[in-house]
Amino acid sequence: MKKTPLYEKHLALGAKMAPFGGYEMPIQYKSIIFEHNATRQAASIFDTCHMGEFSFRGPGALGDLERIVSCTVASIKVGQCRYGFICNEAGGVIDDQILYRTGEEEFYMVVNASTEANDFQWITSHLSSNTIAENLSAKIAKIDLQGLSSPKICAKLMEEPIRGLKYYHFMHNRYRGEKVLLSRTGYTGEIGFEFYSTPELALRLWDDCLAAGAVPAGLGARDTLRLEMGYPLYGHELDEATNAAWSGFSRALGDKQFIGSGAIRTATGTPYHLSGLLIEGRRTAHTGNRITDAAGEVIGRVTSGSFSPSLGRAVALGYLRDGNQQSGGSVSITTDRGALQATVSETPLYRKASGRANLDDFLNENQAISSLPQGASHDKGRS
Amino acid sequence: MIKDDRKYSKTHEWAMRSGDSAVVGISDHAQDALGDITFVELPKVGATLKQGKECGVIESVKAASDLYSPVSGKVTEINGSLETAPEAINSDPYGSGWLFKITSLDDAEFAALMDAAAYGTFMESEA
Repeated sequence: MKKTPLYEKHLALGAKMAPFGGYEMPIQYKSIIFEHNATRQAASIFDTCHMGEFSFRGPGALGDLERIVSCTVASIKVGQCRYGFICNEAGGVIDDQILYRTGEEEFYMVVNASTEANDFQWITSHLSSNTIAENLSAKIAKIDLQGLSSPKICAKLMEEPIRGLKYYHFMHNRYRGEKVLLSRTGYTGEIGFEFYSTPELALRLWDDCLAAGAVPAGLGARDTLRLEMGYPLYGHELDEATNAAWSGFSRALGDKQFIGSGAIRTATGTPYHLSGLLIEGRRTAHTGNRITDAAGEVIGRVTSGSFSPSLGRAVALGYLRDGNQQSGGSVSITTDRGALQATVSETPLYRKASGRANLDDFLNENQAISSLPQGASHDKGRS
Repeated sequence: MIKDDRKYSKTHEWAMRSGDSAVVGISDHAQDALGDITFVELPKVGATLKQGKECGVIESVKAASDLYSPVSGKVTEINGSLETAPEAINSDPYGSGWLFKITSLDDAEFAALMDAAAYGTFMESEA
């Protein structure tokens, strides 16, 4: 089992540790609900050093990546990043990733921990000789700082101004005299940043964020936060056997040819649609539970389920057979302990998240948090 | 924390006796292991429970666990406030987080439960 550079910090903070993606990771420190609420209401930090980072450069990089990832690459501006899939020939998902354009012919890719080695092998086997690829995962540390007060913490710690940094954009900055890359991204729905640095620098950043008031948050809260937003978790909502288009993340699927695009577009049979489910009451549905309609016919399956701290009820994500995905529809979920009633809902299930808000509004003294744009993050997909 | 005014089962429930009836809950160790508790299904008032048999469910954000009755008897009252505020089990497992009251106790059964010291030793052996 691998350890991240922050492993000793987690033990010192009293974290409950468990294996995830080949790493010994913190699941919770104080309590999942406490960490969840701290992220929505104030600020939290997550150790995401387990995730993988690759770089690609050279005259072939743009063309190669255009074939390898599902999102359009050519229209990504330098300083911008974009969410997309790496698909197999059958149109299933090998991984989901975020692609950063760091130069005209230079890119940076962030992938999941459990899939990192396989991703790099797949990608490099599909590169031309004009592209140089490097797996930086062991050298790069990553910390996510998320929540309404994260902009002020970030601005305080960074040596250069962060004003004007837009959602799904990134910048190079300096922290304690060293280079750090930070992006307006995250997996919680709230406004926030992902920091990429050396492991040594990440240790100091972790402590500085804590000292500035951020709460350490584990993978438990990370999961409830992303579930409320309807964000997919690889291995649950996305896998190699499920057609990438069924996820509904249409912006992740560019209008172009890429590996798997033919299979995605010509798929036969009844499609399914990834849908949100608002469950009556507090009892949780689990991955693999069957979803049935009023007549008792099986129309889908649950891919993720949890109690939603922000909504005070159980919620789930699941695939529903075409024709059953309309919001407001009533369905039943069969669990080991009985049937749950649920209503089909668009995602995000939690509609007040601040992720896409204007950063500068959060940097002013005496800024009113209540001026959050309502429903600003409604469109499905992560830009 | 283990309170010495009550007795414990190997499945981490406690029972505190008062005359012919007892209050039942789960131990501090049990609530801590479960994490944030989000849902509880308790036995019905009037139900007859058998010692060591499943009588309900406790769900947390990350886990679900069966609840076993530490003693046999008839349920006389349940803690209805847990339906909307099950987090009381986390914050006060030996007080406001109690689960149900049970009556017509069997003396021998109750005597066979662990006292605080024995429960402490038992937890160490499990760890």
